[in-house]
Amino acid sequence: MMTALLRTAFALVLFALAFAARAQLTIEITGAGANRLPVAIADFAGEPGVARAVAAVVRADLERSGLFRLVEAATPLAENAPVDFADWKARGADALVVGSVQPAGNGRFEVRFRLHDVQKQASLGGLAYVMTAQQDRATGHRIADFVYEKLLGERGVFSTRIAYVVKRPGRYELQIADADGMNAQTALASREPIISPAWSPDGGRLAYVSFESKKPVVYVHSLATGRRHVVANFKGSNSAPAWSPDGRKLAVVLTKDGASQMYSLNADGSGVVRLASSAGIDTEPFFSPDGQFIYFTSDRGGSPQAYRVPAGGGSAQRITFEGSYNVTPRLSPDGRSMAFVTRNDGRFQLALMDLATRQTQVLTDSHKDESPSFAPNGRMILYASEIGGRGVLAAVSSDGRVKQKLSVQAGDVREPAWGPFLKH
Amino acid sequence: MRKELMIILGAALIAGCGTTVDPEQSGAPVEDRGARKIEGAEVKPVTTGDPMGTALAAVKQGVLAQRSVFFDYDSYVIRDEFKSLVEAHARFLVANPKVRMLIQGNADERGSREYNLALGQKRAEALKKMLLLLGAREEQVEAVSLGEEKPRCGEGNEACWSQNRRDDMLYTGEF
Repeated sequence: MMTALLRTAFALVLFALAFAARAQLTIEITGAGANRLPVAIADFAGEPGVARAVAAVVRADLERSGLFRLVEAATPLAENAPVDFADWKARGADALVVGSVQPAGNGRFEVRFRLHDVQKQASLGGLAYVMTAQQDRATGHRIADFVYEKLLGERGVFSTRIAYVVKRPGRYELQIADADGMNAQTALASREPIISPAWSPDGGRLAYVSFESKKPVVYVHSLATGRRHVVANFKGSNSAPAWSPDGRKLAVVLTKDGASQMYSLNADGSGVVRLASSAGIDTEPFFSPDGQFIYFTSDRGGSPQAYRVPAGGGSAQRITFEGSYNVTPRLSPDGRSMAFVTRNDGRFQLALMDLATRQTQVLTDSHKDESPSFAPNGRMILYASEIGGRGVLAAVSSDGRVKQKLSVQAGDVREPAWGPFLKH
Repeated sequence: MRKELMIILGAALIAGCGTTVDPEQSGAPVEDRGARKIEGAEVKPVTTGDPMGTALAAVKQGVLAQRSVFFDYDSYVIRDEFKSLVEAHARFLVANPKVRMLIQGNADERGSREYNLALGQKRAEALKKMLLLLGAREEQVEAVSLGEEKPRCGEGNEACWSQNRRDDMLYTGEF
């Protein structure tokens, strides 16, 4: 097996860059929130091309969230222009964004914007950025995050990234894209399957399972350098990596001692410790955000159900009881709710449980949902589904109202993982 | 194309008399949210190779060329119809102690990928156990799972799923 891995390593170099896949995810909004905040994003003043591009990204982000309603505002308004609040109020806007783009030398631009509360007739603040023309999207996402946080009181996720796997005949690609599906880049291309990507808490690395050596092996991959290393390649299968919240440890599933069981190890693959013990299958570990518990799927009770075990060891506690198939438990970032996949009459659907009350709500009406992943602000849950026999990604808000569909042309998309917030 | 996006949040800007600081001239910011740089936005592509080896001639012929064992739904029991096939492979492993075998267990596509990986593992372990009982040695046989990732048949019906619930046996040089 080691020689196969070495051969693989040499072949990597030959293959790299041979394919520059540019499969863009397209996002379709299929549902929106009940009370959408009316907001006007005026075209930015100054450099017309760049100004229009930045404002367009801000609009698209806010609208896609399903929490804002865009009020028509085509005339450019500079960041420091006086605002006719009565007029904006008459147009139905609760908030207004104005901005300016000026050349800043060396091919760079200065983007300033300001957010106004139309009702209170007051500025809610602004920012200034220096950027290159190629960073118009990144800048737009930052502005949308600012507006979102000021108006809704929680952090936006427009600047975050998502990972997912695209399958085409004979080829699997692990891709990284912006949260709006744009700027997709291929981190890993392989002829064999890739599953279960998991972001490190710092957003710099992905752990995943690759079948490139004819069996499942867990890797950790640094995105910026493309350097990766094997963290678990024991006899049998190695799978289901999950990061501890401090990014120092991974929980994985190994079969080296028989059936699929959970182990913890350091991010370099050292220090393997068994986490729990059962006669059947234990898999799909996921750390609670406080690091205290590991939630997982187990068939120890006769059917696959969600359980949790203290991260430091201890006895397992069953979490799900309704139905005969409840798998892939994933906690919300605040630790209060748990997304999972439940089977109802042969249909696999995304459900959400309030962990305090144990109340469960099925969030989707599809039939092949899997692999839920929370946005870092907990607002949306990204998951894999199938439409017309093709793998697509979908996202639904925790209240089930806002719905989005993400798909690529001529390919199956699956195994989504929403990355963490950008570092401040 | 290292991208730099410098952001300056000025308290002054919020107050209404904004100033922009060129990031290359500014010192370390203190109370603002800082000059920020987008890190890790670039992704370096990697492509895996296709490991190949030299296959053994003997296992390409006769009964040994048959490499698959199929399972009932939600079952890990080797059906009687496959017992003579498993015995033939066990005899070959006993007669050729240097030859190694990789058993790849598979599951149909319904449900969680990772749970299906664990189900495929159970099927692979069941076949391995039988081979060991028939005299193959532990170090000769590795049981792994491909879960639902390598379906032989791609349609969503039972005729297809029954082909996907299987173990495949690979010999030295084939994996």
